[in-house]
Amino acid sequence: MHTDLIEADHTQSSGALGGMHRGRVLVVDDDPSLAEMLTIVLRQEGFEPLVCSTGDQAMAAFRQHRPDIVLLDVMLPGLDGIDVCKQLRAESGVPIVMLTARGDTIDVVVGLESGADDYMVKPFKPKELVARIRARLRRFEEPSPEQITIRDVTIDVAGHSVRRDGTVVTLTPLEFDLLLCLARKPWQVFTREVLLEQVWGYRHAADTRLVNVHVQRLRSKIEHDPENPETVVTVRGVGYKAGTD
Amino acid sequence: MADAGNPPGQQPPLPIWRRLLGAPLRPVVTAWQVSITARIVLSTLILGAVVLSLTAWLMLSQISAGLVADKRDASLAQAEAEFSQVQEELDASASTGDEGAEQVVDQLVQNLASRGDSPLEHVVVLVGPLGDDDFSDGVRRESVDVGVDSLPTDLRDRVRVGSGTWWTYTTIDFVDEQDDRADGAGIAVGTRVQTPGGEAEYALYYLYPFAEQQRTLGLVARVVLLSGLLLMVLVAGVAWLVTRQVVTPVRLARRIAERLAAGRLEERMQVRGRDDIARLGQSFNQMAGNLQRQIRQLEDLSRMQRRFVSDVSHELRTPLTTVRMAAEVLHDARSSFDSATGRSAELLRRELDRFESLLTDLLEISRFDALAAHLELAQVDLGELADRVVEAQRPVAAAAGITVVVRVLPVPDTGSVSAEADPRRVERVVRNLVANAIAHSRSERVEVLVGADDHAAAVAVRDYGTGLRAGETTLVFNRFWRADPARARSGGGTGLGLAIALEDAQLHGGWLQAWGEPGLGSQFRLTLPRRAGNDLSRSPIPLVPTDLALVRSHRATAGTAPAAP
Repeated sequence: MHTDLIEADHTQSSGALGGMHRGRVLVVDDDPSLAEMLTIVLRQEGFEPLVCSTGDQAMAAFRQHRPDIVLLDVMLPGLDGIDVCKQLRAESGVPIVMLTARGDTIDVVVGLESGADDYMVKPFKPKELVARIRARLRRFEEPSPEQITIRDVTIDVAGHSVRRDGTVVTLTPLEFDLLLCLARKPWQVFTREVLLEQVWGYRHAADTRLVNVHVQRLRSKIEHDPENPETVVTVRGVGYKAGTD
Repeated sequence: MADAGNPPGQQPPLPIWRRLLGAPLRPVVTAWQVSITARIVLSTLILGAVVLSLTAWLMLSQISAGLVADKRDASLAQAEAEFSQVQEELDASASTGDEGAEQVVDQLVQNLASRGDSPLEHVVVLVGPLGDDDFSDGVRRESVDVGVDSLPTDLRDRVRVGSGTWWTYTTIDFVDEQDDRADGAGIAVGTRVQTPGGEAEYALYYLYPFAEQQRTLGLVARVVLLSGLLLMVLVAGVAWLVTRQVVTPVRLARRIAERLAAGRLEERMQVRGRDDIARLGQSFNQMAGNLQRQIRQLEDLSRMQRRFVSDVSHELRTPLTTVRMAAEVLHDARSSFDSATGRSAELLRRELDRFESLLTDLLEISRFDALAAHLELAQVDLGELADRVVEAQRPVAAAAGITVVVRVLPVPDTGSVSAEADPRRVERVVRNLVANAIAHSRSERVEVLVGADDHAAAVAVRDYGTGLRAGETTLVFNRFWRADPARARSGGGTGLGLAIALEDAQLHGGWLQAWGEPGLGSQFRLTLPRRAGNDLSRSPIPLVPTDLALVRSHRATAGTAPAAP
């Protein structure tokens, strides 16, 4: 089997793109052809792909290379994608995009609940994959030294940190973006579709379960009582908004 | 789709006797209809009662006839003996003394009445001396007072006119009723006697009551009645027992059959003994076993097949992803290829799209077949949904020169056309219908109608194109069905769209129906219950469009132009 970690030749890629660094992508997939095809496409788009073919080696590869984003196949020999995802989340907020052959509710929800930010159902179009990766890697170019407060949660936009009652709450970048999106316009109710567009970068209406799962995860970190949320409030039949007093 | 017939709650009028007896008889009628035991016991009782009554009647009449005959014979014999003795005594008294006739007669009655050794209880009546009329000129002397009617006129006439002994049945009417002298049937025997010297004639009657016979008969009747009742109880009991022995296993079998039907395939009957019931149980269990085996086999087969289809689809996805990405890369670089290679790259990508939608549809169908499809319900505004779908299809429609219009019919109460449904599935159905109308109908105008009433909401897609031939309105929903097999597959659809749409509609408990007529266009109508899980009875939009006459007249005058109402 393809067990060795293949590190893409980034001298070549950075040379070709004139030193433009657009992010390291760790691809965890056991299908060698797909993995190779992914590296070709990603490299064309200016990313720096790394391939790992088993779940067992994924953590080592992650620690060694510190990628900016992880593409994770759900079905892996040995440790499967869900377990890898949980392990990654335990030590990092790195954006994770799951690649799955099944779009069934259960698989998707299990994947998202294990900590993935987004998922792609095979077969996907390369442009769509790239768009999702870009959306995950997108950062506000010049973070303003902004300080936003909703109820007892304080968001330091520039410092990319969140405090509740003075204690730091660790959020993944996606959860941070989601909270920030809601907090910047506390007067507005965001539908799930709008959130998908603004936070995930989807251009067409897609799977709103993504939003539901991540709102739950966000609530479990910042709410006193996630069953009775006060900071991220559900507006029945419409969507979500930031809680006001 | 509107129901024709009786409004609910109105039943055909009952016959008058059933209306009168209905209320008190209903439990009995119900028991009769429901319980075999009740039916058998009741019919056995009725039949038993009839037979027993007949037997009792026959027995009692035989006994009573026998008793009466015996009594009659004995009475007549005794009366004959008494009469001749009386006449002898009278004759003797004439030769011995010369007392007054009155006295002699009184004496006689006293003697006769007080004769203690008489074997039969009786009453003596002496009437006379006989004149023209029985009682007018004669004196009546009786050992016991009895009414005049106790001696029938018929008998009296015969005794007065003819000689010899006469008898008849009568009803003895005691003037002074006592315990042993109750009114009742009896026999009256009479003859004429002559006073000494023959100067006067008297009619002498003996009345023998049937009291004893009646007592005997009463006793017998009571015994017969009592034993009849006991016999009835016995018969009912036996019938009940026997039926129970047969019915209990039948009921048991019914319960087991119900459980089997409910899916508990391992249920079996208990078999005891070797009688018919046990054989029934054995056969039943054998049947259940065979059924279970067959069902398990089928289940395994279908599970295996479903797994296989699902696995194949999923296994195909990974290589398809690779191929797809490779095709994209080639497609993006096609400008640097020569024309043949570049065109090949284009074809490769286009056909991959088709391949992919086919795979997606196949997987969706296999999910329906596996009963693995589930609704994710939300409140869906069908008007908005139709607008969204039409908006998305507008470029395709515009390229084909087709106008697509959405018309939301006014809703009486609620205002908006919303239903509790799975938005993803409903949108897929409507998108499919609109896309089909644009791609296949050859109509210049497509109309999307949205309507609702209190119970149902509907979306209908109407076109004014080629329409559907007879029978095609059901065929269109078949998998891989094509309107014209010879026609080029220009549309590029998968052939599964309407089949999936139908499954989606049915998953909602809704309807998806088609109407069409050659030359007049067609209409596909999706009807959904407004509250998930409710039953549909009618659709707010008629399946056959209301503008048909208009279209026909347009066709007649303008030839081919589609109608734009």
